[in-house]
Amino acid sequence: MSFGLPASAEGGFEAPSAADFWQPLVGDGAFAITRASIVLLLSAAVISVVLLRVTRRLAVVPSRGQYLTEAVYGMVRNSVARDIIGSRDFLRYVPLLFTLFVLILANNLLGVVPPVQYPTMSRIGFPIALTLVVFALYHVVGIRKHGLVGYFKSFVPKGLPWVIVAFIYPLELITYFFTRPVTLALRLFGNMFAGHILLLLFILGGEYLVFEAGGLMTVAGALAFVMGFVLTLFEMLVEFLQAYVFVLLAAFYIAGALADEH
Amino acid sequence: MRLSVILSATEGGEDEGFWATAYPIIPHPAELIFGFVAFGILYWAVAKHVVPRLEKVFAERADAIEGGIARAEQAQAEAAAALERYRARLAGAEDEASRIREEARAEGARILADMREQARVEAERIVAAAQTQVQAERQQAMIQLRGEAGRIAVDLASRIVGEALEDEVRQRRVVDRFLAELEAAPAAEAGTSGGRG
Repeated sequence: MSFGLPASAEGGFEAPSAADFWQPLVGDGAFAITRASIVLLLSAAVISVVLLRVTRRLAVVPSRGQYLTEAVYGMVRNSVARDIIGSRDFLRYVPLLFTLFVLILANNLLGVVPPVQYPTMSRIGFPIALTLVVFALYHVVGIRKHGLVGYFKSFVPKGLPWVIVAFIYPLELITYFFTRPVTLALRLFGNMFAGHILLLLFILGGEYLVFEAGGLMTVAGALAFVMGFVLTLFEMLVEFLQAYVFVLLAAFYIAGALADEH
Repeated sequence: MRLSVILSATEGGEDEGFWATAYPIIPHPAELIFGFVAFGILYWAVAKHVVPRLEKVFAERADAIEGGIARAEQAQAEAAAALERYRARLAGAEDEASRIREEARAEGARILADMREQARVEAERIVAAAQTQVQAERQQAMIQLRGEAGRIAVDLASRIVGEALEDEVRQRRVVDRFLAELEAAPAAEAGTSGGRG
């Protein structure tokens, strides 16, 4: 691992902790430039350059790079944006959803790709930033569509008895303004954070067992390495799924704000 | 994961301080800002250039495919129409041919009948002409014979009268000679019916 695990005074195995995720490169404190920040910024820049280069000369019959780009773009465009938001006005939100997808996917996959091997989204600041964009967008879209009052009215279906409205409305309000953004950010963060902790545990634990503990523990350490390998594959699946789920839910929230009825 | 590890602020490490040991769900301000900036950079590139270009090529491709399908359908329809036309023309030609054959057969039969009739008429005409001629010749022979018989009779009479009836023997001789002449005459002449007189 590129970041050292501080050995405790007793010299025993130290489980990986949240402190391992704090890796300032420049400065310290609240405005330190962390490693994750650099990774995110570089990844955004690299993806931008790659996408711009690939799409500079597009042909009706695509090259391999164009084909791959189009496959990812087509998935976000058709099976997420168009299918959920509807063919009438999905195109306006495709850039947002595509940006979110490639940015999250690339940064998630960097969690297992050397030399980074660090999931950017395990720092909650980034999921929160992306979630705030989605959160602001779907409210703006809803208010533009229904008007301010109409938007708040659209949380519950028309024609419900007031007793039921009185019950449902607070729940819907919480859903729109609290549950959705919080779960959107926490889901991504939690998956990346926990997955990375798990990989750290198996690989560092295996290392400790093999090199430090000795004896029969060497065998257990080897098993831990096998588990670490399996979990890495599993983690790649989770990384893809989380990127997909994030844009899927973003599209779903936008579609909900745009819908005529609740 | 022991809670104390997450929470503990005094675990031995280089990075002492709040952020090293803060709850992982507390957003780091600089990272929040970097998150917005990174998103902004990528969004600008994607929204400004990437998506319009991709949409353009998508539209072109859809157009190419739909245009190709439309063209293929049109070509197929044209081919089917041409085939139908040729079939109709072929069927017409077959009808025409059988009609012509039928007409020719009828024409041939008619011509044959005509010729047969003509031949028959001609034959009848020839037969009639021949009969007429035979009749005429016979008539002429009769007339000639009749004249001859008269002349012979007169001859005979004058001879008989000229002999002046000398004797019976002579008379008989004359008659016999006459008769012999008479008998010889028809053999020399054509007529079978000897003149009576």
